Amino acid sequence: MTDAIDTPEDTTLADLPNPSGPHDLLSKFKPLINEREALLATGVRDPFSIVMTEVKSPTLAVIQGKDTILLGTYNYMGMTFDPDVIAAGKDALEKFGSGTTGSRVLNGTYQGHKECEDALKEFYGTDHAIVFSTGYQANLGVISTLAGKGDYIILDADSHASIYDGCWLGNAEIVRFRHNSVEDLDKRLGRLPKEAGKLVVLEGVYSMFGDIAPLPEMVAVAKKHGAMILCDEAHGMGFFGPNGRGVYEELGCEKDIDFVVGTFSKSVGTVGGFCVSNHPDFEVLRLVCRPYVFTASLPPSVVATAATSIRKLMHAGDKRAHLWKNSRRLHQGLRDLGYTIATETAQSAIIAVMLPDQEKAVMLWQALLEGGLYVNLARPPATPAGTYLLRCSLCAEHSDEQVGQILAIFAAAGRAVGCIA
Amino acid sequence: MTDNDIFERVAEQIEPFNKKGVELTEATTFATDLEWDSLTVMDFVAAVEDEFDILITMNMQAEIETVGQLVATIRKLTDK
Repeated sequence: MTDAIDTPEDTTLADLPNPSGPHDLLSKFKPLINEREALLATGVRDPFSIVMTEVKSPTLAVIQGKDTILLGTYNYMGMTFDPDVIAAGKDALEKFGSGTTGSRVLNGTYQGHKECEDALKEFYGTDHAIVFSTGYQANLGVISTLAGKGDYIILDADSHASIYDGCWLGNAEIVRFRHNSVEDLDKRLGRLPKEAGKLVVLEGVYSMFGDIAPLPEMVAVAKKHGAMILCDEAHGMGFFGPNGRGVYEELGCEKDIDFVVGTFSKSVGTVGGFCVSNHPDFEVLRLVCRPYVFTASLPPSVVATAATSIRKLMHAGDKRAHLWKNSRRLHQGLRDLGYTIATETAQSAIIAVMLPDQEKAVMLWQALLEGGLYVNLARPPATPAGTYLLRCSLCAEHSDEQVGQILAIFAAAGRAVGCIA
Repeated sequence: MTDNDIFERVAEQIEPFNKKGVELTEATTFATDLEWDSLTVMDFVAAVEDEFDILITMNMQAEIETVGQLVATIRKLTDK
């Protein structure tokens, strides 16, 4: 006789699927794992696992025990340590608790969420504003919901990942045009069925090279073909245009952009995303946009800091002027040192230094870090045309002295690793 | 336009991107045989679109792996 329940005694871990066997779903990432291991074996530090143990100000943090100037954040307007912003956050944390634990459409809309949307409407001068939990989700939600089956999305080839992902989440047909090419956009729009719904997706500032879009020409072409236009101003908010609304305001396209998408994680200095519009039916998105509905809303402290920061950004003329001064000085200074910059002039607060290959890029990145300067390393596929970049993004709170230090560190590091003469 | 004509014109467009001089047949794959990355694919698709005055949406591109499949897609789009 045997027991009713047969207990196989010889089952051991060895019988479980072998993680390195043919069914290992992670095996497709082996080439990347190998490339990374080979790079780290040369003795360089891992550019993608930096830890900041202390953050002293918008421009200074401690990395591995060393004071390091931050030149790779998107803290353009330096709002993260603003005393009014911090006070608003603390107050909301105490009065409304640490989180909402619910969706915007159920239990997750507090007074603070409405006040944050009111601040956005005032900042942008629009009738409507919808706040999402991140900027990524704002693009994901708005793009996938606006363009449905049978509609067309026409996007710039260098669009941010959140725009591409918004396209894949929806059911529309996706058409790309060559980066910033008005002629290419015109041609592709002309090949689409006249009666089809069309959404042209543009960005004010393209974040890899820091170049801006020729929005007036692109908007004219899109309107000619009867398309609606969405413009992502993630990297333009705060310091382009008379009211800091973005590149589209600076270039005079306010009447022609149907939807503006933005984020709180750059100039606003916290986290969250939004879309503003004057379309009379815009509010329906709150009911049909899945990345808005099926996620928890932002914590009360976050919307309170965002609202306070947005209101202060309306009157930040001095900071804007200083940020532009810093950007132009760094651009010119790096060129004078002999570096190749992705744009001829400083078109935004992003100054992208171009390096010939991954090895040189990582070596310079590490030499800068050892010199006390943090910048962002960017590599394909995030970068256009297979380029390796060290992306510098300036802050309105970088002092003149710090910009001088930054240039000195770039000079010493560049010579040490042989990037400049 | 016969499939052969389309193939010839596609081959001309592949030429500048065919760095390894791979011999082209209907079965040649873009990813494996030609070893193209996504950026090369993007440039090539734009060139083919302009050559035939058509649009190959990214949705269609996801289904195209070989030169033969591309020729078939172009025929369908130009027959309209």
